[in-house]
Amino acid sequence: MENNFLIDSEELSETALRRKHQIENDPSSRINHMEYLPGMDVINSDIQSKVIEEMNSYDYNRYTGKDVLRALASDKCTIEDFKALLSPAAEPYLEQMAAKAQKETSKHFGNTVYLFTPLYIANYCENYCVYCGFNCYNRIKRLKLSMEQIEHEMQVIADSGMEEILILTGESPAKSDVKYIGEACKIARKYFKMVGIEIYPVNVEDYKYLHECGVDYVTVFQETYDSDKYETLHLMGNKRVWPYRFDSQERALMGGMRGVACAALLGLSDFRKDALASGLHVHYLQRKYPHAEMSLSCPRLRPIINNETINPLDVGERQLCQILCAYRIFLPYCGITVSSRESAEFRNGIAKIAATKVSAGVSTGIGDHDEKYNGEQTEASGDEQFEITDGRSLEKMYIDMAEEGLQPVFNDYIYVG
Amino acid sequence: MENDKLVIGGKEFDSRFILGSGKYSMKLIEAAIKDAGAQIITLAVRRTNTKEEENILDYIPENVTLLPNTSGARDAKEAVRIARLARELGCGDFVKVEIMRDSKYLLPDNYETIKATEILAKEGFVVMPYMYPDLNVARELQNVGAATIMPLASPIGSNKGLATKEFIQILIDEIDLPIIVDAGIGKPSQACEAMEMGAAAIMANTALATAGELTLMASAFKDAIEAGRKAYLAGLGRVLTRGASASDPLTGFLH
Repeated sequence: MENNFLIDSEELSETALRRKHQIENDPSSRINHMEYLPGMDVINSDIQSKVIEEMNSYDYNRYTGKDVLRALASDKCTIEDFKALLSPAAEPYLEQMAAKAQKETSKHFGNTVYLFTPLYIANYCENYCVYCGFNCYNRIKRLKLSMEQIEHEMQVIADSGMEEILILTGESPAKSDVKYIGEACKIARKYFKMVGIEIYPVNVEDYKYLHECGVDYVTVFQETYDSDKYETLHLMGNKRVWPYRFDSQERALMGGMRGVACAALLGLSDFRKDALASGLHVHYLQRKYPHAEMSLSCPRLRPIINNETINPLDVGERQLCQILCAYRIFLPYCGITVSSRESAEFRNGIAKIAATKVSAGVSTGIGDHDEKYNGEQTEASGDEQFEITDGRSLEKMYIDMAEEGLQPVFNDYIYVG
Repeated sequence: MENDKLVIGGKEFDSRFILGSGKYSMKLIEAAIKDAGAQIITLAVRRTNTKEEENILDYIPENVTLLPNTSGARDAKEAVRIARLARELGCGDFVKVEIMRDSKYLLPDNYETIKATEILAKEGFVVMPYMYPDLNVARELQNVGAATIMPLASPIGSNKGLATKEFIQILIDEIDLPIIVDAGIGKPSQACEAMEMGAAAIMANTALATAGELTLMASAFKDAIEAGRKAYLAGLGRVLTRGASASDPLTGFLH
């Protein structure tokens, strides 16, 4: 079973269509995805090879129930234990895994759950990533917010009580350059206690600049750690360069960022291998940068505008739960974010087991917070990146989390430069 | 016993239980004050720095001393900044310096802690540094103006008890400041043991926060700490290492 990603829009010109088909059908028309482009920092890190070697040699069918039970009985979780917990052999032990994960979460985070919201400020994109609603061949309404619009959006969000914001853009260094993002972050500092970004990967100097603008957390999804598969999904644009993306978290930390987040987009490739690689990416980063705060996300594929059929294939909620329990047991100190891609029911449940952060009041579109939060018509808004499942407001999320016996937290952070 | 006060920075306390800040909830603060008798409550500045309606500050009675901590600081510079911010927020002059450059075990960085303690003590803060129990570091902290020394018993949040017992005993024996055992105390019996050793006070959080019944555990800690303190003041009875002691003295033949 595969997703059918390749959709042609009637609005595309003949030249554009020809180019699109060529890049889809003729691998030789694409750039080498393993080669850094001119201007990209090359940091020669050892983490890439460590993660990839482990991932490539991971034969998850080799593990048995005995390995899983040993992992669950142990005080420490080794890489071998982590592999067992991610294997099919662990599926019958999901309840035990959840119990252990819950204990670990409570040891490190108590019963707290952090709330935040994402804010998309632009959806222009120069990449052709076949599964993404923002991809350059997808005909959607594009928009880039002005500084006044950004400030207005932030005011609306801050008025709802939110104290942490994640600023996102499509990947267009031309339309939304680092300076533009930096200015937006400066405004964000005025309204929020904590500012994170999820933008295209940039060089160390740029991360340094963004940190000076008030950013402390950088999220970059690797999408899939299988570079061969990656190549078939990211056909065009800077994002095609797999190793530069892999190094993003390290460059961010070198630029002075306080924390970083990793993730694979589950459903794109072999999810067990991708989950293993995501966990190991965090594990090795933490060893190398022990002061850094580490987080993981666990996005699953979602439908997009013009392609309603996209789905996460074999990664059901049970599988996702297994992955998250394994993450928690292997990385007890790691923050785990579960986004509004997942249902309210799933998020309520997983917040009690492994997740430490959930988003609320979410829109993945551009400039529509007034409409969403206050019911006021917005003149112009840009289309969304993907369809969300859990549309709960901050207020509703706060109540629901408290009802689950959790303590919702808006801020646990102080910017010290 | 009545005159047995804990004195920190010239301020007297009757209670020798201090609530830590790790896993905060309003219920926990209430139980710590009511049932454990806490007169000092730690407060993570980064958590108070919020617009939340349920602000922790509003829940602390006036007769309770706030002990803001510098959690989140990765070096001396950041700790100093957070301490100054705490003072600006009206948290008083007490500050617990905690500096971690390790997100996995959250172990304190002794070197940076000395630096921050020196700066803050000079600025008039009552500095209570959280540290890994090392005699040389404790001496240095005393030299630069620390008001207490707060060695960890085992990794924070672990509830594993007095893993560093021998080294804490050395600090108690050698340092003329109150030694407050901080982090890792998981059970009342462990708190009692540390008090018997001569610790001046116990700081705990997770042991209460993760207990089955919060208020009952809080009062258990109160009793244990008081029992340990009494035992210390009374002077522990001797412990026989092996066998029984002969009722006839071995040297009875000597006239």
